[in-house]
Amino acid sequence: MLAQCRRAKTWRPTEAPRTFHQLQATNLTKPPACGSIQHMTDDLLRLTPSGLYCAAGDFYIDPWQPVERAVITHAHADHARPGSQRYLTTPTGAPVLAPRLDPGASIRTLAYGERLTLHDVTLSLHPAGHLLGSAQVRVEHKGEVWVVSGDYKLEPDQTCEPFEPVRCHTFITESTFGLPIYRWQPQAEVFAEINEWWRANQAAGRTSVLYAYALGKAQRLLAGIDPAIGPILVHGAVLPFVQRYRDAGIDQPDVLYANGENARAHRGRALVVAPPSAGGMAGWLRKFGPASQAFASGWMTIRGARRRRAIDRGFVLSDHADWPGLLAAIRATGAARIGVTHGYTGQMVRYLREQGWQAEVIPTRFEGEPDAEIGDAGPADAEERASGEVD
Amino acid sequence: MRLFTQLYTELDETNRTGEKVAALVRYFAAAPAADAAWALYFLTGQRFKRVMSATLLRTWVAEEAGLPRWLVEESYDAVGDVAETLALLLPEQGDGSDLPLHRIVEERIAPLRTLDEAGQRALVTRTWAEMTTPQRFVWHKLITGSFRVGVGRTLVVRALAQVAGIDPAVMAHRIMGAWEPTAADFRALLDPDTQQADHSQPYPFYLAYPLEGAVESLGPRDAWQIEWKWDGIRAQVIKRQGDVLVWTRGEDLVTDSYPEMQALGAVLPDGVVLDGELLVWQEGAPLPFNVLQQRLGRKQISARLLKEAPVILMTYDLLEVAGADLRALPLAARRARLEQLAATLPADAAFALSPIVAAPAWEAVAALREASRERGAEGFMLKRLASSYGVGRVKGDWWKWKIDPFTVDAVMIYAQRGHGRRASLYTDYTFGVWEGDELTPIAKAYSGLTDEEIRQVDAFVRGHTTERFGPVRAVKPELVFELAFEGIQASSRHKSGIALRFPRMARWRRDKQPADADTLATLQSLLESVSR
Repeated sequence: MLAQCRRAKTWRPTEAPRTFHQLQATNLTKPPACGSIQHMTDDLLRLTPSGLYCAAGDFYIDPWQPVERAVITHAHADHARPGSQRYLTTPTGAPVLAPRLDPGASIRTLAYGERLTLHDVTLSLHPAGHLLGSAQVRVEHKGEVWVVSGDYKLEPDQTCEPFEPVRCHTFITESTFGLPIYRWQPQAEVFAEINEWWRANQAAGRTSVLYAYALGKAQRLLAGIDPAIGPILVHGAVLPFVQRYRDAGIDQPDVLYANGENARAHRGRALVVAPPSAGGMAGWLRKFGPASQAFASGWMTIRGARRRRAIDRGFVLSDHADWPGLLAAIRATGAARIGVTHGYTGQMVRYLREQGWQAEVIPTRFEGEPDAEIGDAGPADAEERASGEVD
Repeated sequence: MRLFTQLYTELDETNRTGEKVAALVRYFAAAPAADAAWALYFLTGQRFKRVMSATLLRTWVAEEAGLPRWLVEESYDAVGDVAETLALLLPEQGDGSDLPLHRIVEERIAPLRTLDEAGQRALVTRTWAEMTTPQRFVWHKLITGSFRVGVGRTLVVRALAQVAGIDPAVMAHRIMGAWEPTAADFRALLDPDTQQADHSQPYPFYLAYPLEGAVESLGPRDAWQIEWKWDGIRAQVIKRQGDVLVWTRGEDLVTDSYPEMQALGAVLPDGVVLDGELLVWQEGAPLPFNVLQQRLGRKQISARLLKEAPVILMTYDLLEVAGADLRALPLAARRARLEQLAATLPADAAFALSPIVAAPAWEAVAALREASRERGAEGFMLKRLASSYGVGRVKGDWWKWKIDPFTVDAVMIYAQRGHGRRASLYTDYTFGVWEGDELTPIAKAYSGLTDEEIRQVDAFVRGHTTERFGPVRAVKPELVFELAFEGIQASSRHKSGIALRFPRMARWRRDKQPADADTLATLQSLLESVSR
């Protein structure tokens, strides 16, 4: 605790986010008082400048600054930050988490459903369906249960463990796509569209360049498309994760590294899976010859988001819950109190309150997010940041 | 509706000109003439005036989807397009409407105009139930009068010419003319026989590029005809078979709005087409554009307005004489014919011959250009004497050489989200100048920044919002921009008492503090100097 108190002094005086007043009512934002557990309020998890903190168990969930003990829901960069002393995640999550952290970082694993006691808190991890090894965090203390969802989706995904609803009193949910315009079509239809686009491009002698986040979405796409259509190339940011998924027993088709030689050899026929940032690099795209570019993301629901990127096709495929998914997940927890974080938080909270829930906004970060209430400084960019695949 | 929706989607999904034309060709080759006629109507930017109120649609969508009304507005804020928002919010899509486009128009659009609210709702609900999400989107666009698709007229012309197997220039000419969205007219547009021309059709307007380099780069001065560039409405006045027609460059037929042009037509010989600028003209000088604006779109012109804002045709060119197309002749020859014609017209005709600037050398021309504003002109038009009258905007023979715009340094005070590809970014800004220690709004501007600058300003807006009024955010007055504008007018409709013509962002003045911005007094004295 001492180390943490020292850090507390260096905490930057941060400007309160717009939703601060809503949080003060429940003291969610009050940082942990150094060494005096008595001063704390009744909340099991509270927002501190380092992130969500459980005082009773003395650990953080997805902290955004280095802490002593970090429980990680999944390995995307805005959830998994390096520098903490000890990490806890799932056994399938650990191999994809490790490359995100400093070499030699201490990662302990806890199998889904297994219980770990920390002081008088019981902690367990449950599948979130977001990507391989992603977890919701269940925290129980003196009969009170909180669940932090991390990022999640309800739709089945052959590359990760399916979402599991967990009963709780307080549920902290993401709301990246927390508006009713976001309703996903069945993924089989999306994969069929992608296959059709790939075939049509081949017929026109064009390479198919498909942008997707390097960890999670890329592997889901690879597992879902029809590898019989032609050769598949992947960007260097995608390749290591394909191997780690295979190591975990997840089916992935044969892929080639998208270097100059392979690009030239398979021009006009190949599907290239790459992170969105790759398209912005001068020269990278050129090696594939004439190409059709597409982006697979929930943000592609909106025409404007696709047109702004000046790409040819947008495939609506997300690893987050859509609006009906968010509401279904919230209902399934049986929770009366809902914390909403990431994305359209203000709108989601207002809606939930009107529907009778006790709901509040939980700001995502104390810095770097110019609009904590909406968090969409360009929606596609936000997901890019969230996936940590910007560079 | 399936074919048309498919076409819309294909056009929307590609930025490649060739693919757009190919999609159009596929559509026009496959669609029945009755449908293709309507498709052409919509693709060339013609539309029904809003037949359904978007507000009612939003309310009904909220009820259909079981959503509170405010959430529909929040959704709109994220999407930036009403038709799209509503399509995304509606529950359960149908199997798709098989009604052909012309029947959609006749049965699902036109009746909405006359039905009462209950009748409208029944028809709208029924149509929603049939349509897929993309069909609903396109239909919403049509009934709210907001149908636009990223395809220029030249591409439509090129595709149709290809389908018909005729010269694109002929097709451009035909499409400019009066045709109705009927199967018969559509077939006539595609008629491979190019001899018969519709007598109502204007010629495609020849347009000039802005001159960027030094004027001396154009070569010897004596190869050029120089005219003033007037700020009015470019138009063709046609007299054929006894009929008089006035077409604007926007391809609106506006004959009824300009009785002066009908009177001019009466004294013109038959088989004549004039190209010129509609201007409000009094005592040998043009009145500002906003005076002309009062004349736009009116069917009934009061005697008072005719007296206060009389319109003439400042004539630039002669495109047809005695029914013969003169466009291939060199400008010098056309000008000679035009001057001959002008000499036959009575002195009180609503006609002026665009004066030719005599200044003998480029240097003198440049000096004279500085005096443009005193004459109510915007600079010069430079036309090669040997040039024929082309089609569209072609580089080389015609240049516009405008005077530098006015500028003012102003502070951004409000921001609003953009639409289309700027949806959910803050791109539309309001600017203020100092009046005492307050910033008074003087202009809104949307254009002039790079994508990267827009991203930075967007981030600034999100981080520095002080108040919200619906979609509008008041921001901390911190960013200074140099606004460029073409004119300044007194205005009782604006709090500042002034109105700027065509304001846009010339530069982001990162080097300036808000205190360095201009004052209202500066603009007021500019207004005085301009009015004098």
